[in-house]
Amino acid sequence: MSAGAAAIPDLGELIRPEHVHGSVYSSEALFEAELEKIWYRTWVYVGHVSEVPNANDYVLKSIGRQPVIMTRDRDGGIHLLLNRCTHRGNQVCVFDKGNTRTFTCPYHGWTFSNTGQLRGYPFPSGYEGADRENLGLGRVPRMAQYKGFVFGSFAEEGPSLEEHLGGALEAIDRLVRNSPEGEVEITAGFLKHKAKANWKFLVENETDGYHPQFVHASIFSVAESGIGDLYSSDSTAVTRYLGGGHSECDLRPEFRRLDKPLGWFGTSAERMPDYVEAMNAAYGADKAREIMIDGTPHTMIFPNLFIAEIQIFVLEPVAVNETIQHVTAIQFKGAPEMNRRLRQQTMGSVGPAGFLLADDSEMYERNQRGIQVRDPEWVFLGRGKHRERLDEDGFMVGDATDEVPSRGMWAHYRAMMEAE
Amino acid sequence: MMALDQQQSALLQEVTQFIYREARLQDEHAYDDWEALWTDDGVYWIPANGDACDPERDMSIVYDNRSRIALRIRQLHTGKRHAQAPRSRLRRVVSNIELLEPAGDEIRVTCNAMVFESNLRDDTVWASRNEYQLRRVDGALRMVRKTVNLVNNDKALFSMSFLI
Ligand code: FES
Ligand SMILES: [Fe+2]
Repeated sequence: MSAGAAAIPDLGELIRPEHVHGSVYSSEALFEAELEKIWYRTWVYVGHVSEVPNANDYVLKSIGRQPVIMTRDRDGGIHLLLNRCTHRGNQVCVFDKGNTRTFTCPYHGWTFSNTGQLRGYPFPSGYEGADRENLGLGRVPRMAQYKGFVFGSFAEEGPSLEEHLGGALEAIDRLVRNSPEGEVEITAGFLKHKAKANWKFLVENETDGYHPQFVHASIFSVAESGIGDLYSSDSTAVTRYLGGGHSECDLRPEFRRLDKPLGWFGTSAERMPDYVEAMNAAYGADKAREIMIDGTPHTMIFPNLFIAEIQIFVLEPVAVNETIQHVTAIQFKGAPEMNRRLRQQTMGSVGPAGFLLADDSEMYERNQRGIQVRDPEWVFLGRGKHRERLDEDGFMVGDATDEVPSRGMWAHYRAMMEAE
Repeated sequence: MMALDQQQSALLQEVTQFIYREARLQDEHAYDDWEALWTDDGVYWIPANGDACDPERDMSIVYDNRSRIALRIRQLHTGKRHAQAPRSRLRRVVSNIELLEPAGDEIRVTCNAMVFESNLRDDTVWASRNEYQLRRVDGALRMVRKTVNLVNNDKALFSMSFLI
């Protein structure tokens, strides 16, 4: 059998209801297949409209391994262009962000507008009869936004973004309403933190409520943080699988039990008077109180956007054993008092030197090494199987420390990978 | 180039010894001795994304005020800072030490640093231009501000959980 080495393994043999084979995190062939069947097919988060606030702004992004230029044209429209000259393949843009109406390829001077059209090439007499219409930059075939969050899909057709988000759509609603203007902004720039680990370890960890007490014991103890208690055996918080690979740690039951506005953020209404006043004015005192008790979501939107209460992470798969986490503080429009604190807390906790994320990333890397051991071959994901239940919306939920999100993610992963 | 008079030569020598000592304390994970080098209003800053980072507006890799420096040290002392258990083995060289225009009574100095880190993941080299603002407190030099401008701070970095 000549094709053996590169053949895609049979996932029916590797993914069971409560077990996943270690090779699913380390197989090069599977990684290549994931790019095609997941990253270049489903909706993938690209960026936020506030990253290109002005006409002719652009920012470099990616989908899987594809380099994407997210532009805003002079009329305000957003475009997802591919960073590859249609002449002989040079990169048309090498600066992370900027403002320009055109991209000129440095190799032979072809010029493209920020909507992707070929505007011109030097010495045009050499191209007599060329079809300029078809020489525009490549683009991500489908682009859609939800409340400023821009997603792209390389599938020409398929479910709409809202269908794809499904149960996770509400997480974005629940996030943006923490702004008195109902909008978030992504304006503080990203920390880029890489780990020698497969991207799926990161996806699973984002809504793993079992690890915080152990991985983060050091910072919880010295900072006298109450976060650890949210993820204990006694916590009333739940883990929830939202379908479509998406999942969350729903901490609202704990915050409601505490019944303290801004308790979710480790502060109080008294300490944030301007924010509270703006929220009361925007939503009325009762609704504002409810929002400020519930706080923001802790939701993993498959495959790459993690809304982590006060920051967002965007996962970029670089290789089967390497992933970059792009992370930044969420900023709430109309809430400067809140935003400074959001940045400060984010800088403390995440990124290469973060009190939390350096330790999470250490776990990712040790996991990647661990799963290459021959015996046992399987990861065991059975925690809380006996007590998982459907909630009133029909989503599977488990206790705060249960592995409901992982089990759901793997069933979805298998379905995507086996789809034609 | 500014010619150093005798007083400045003596200052350069003192500052150089201070920086060498700080480097050794970091390499050897002498956390408390390192923390004692800070003034009460010290700020430890590692910018991200190039040279135009404004820490009051943009994400920085580290932007610690004095109480956060203390928290960082306390976390390292727990022994459960997994990214430093086992601790990175470290050696750094510091060079190109240059006195800058003072800021009032405070000494400003810049230097280049190269750190070799060996940990569970692999061996990693970190390179930076460091800037110090130093104050004399009871006769001894103390750090008011240390800024570590990593050469590659615009790229994705591995975890950096040791003191740089
Ligand atoms: S490759 Fe871009 S102009 Fe030739
Ligand atoms: Fe974590």
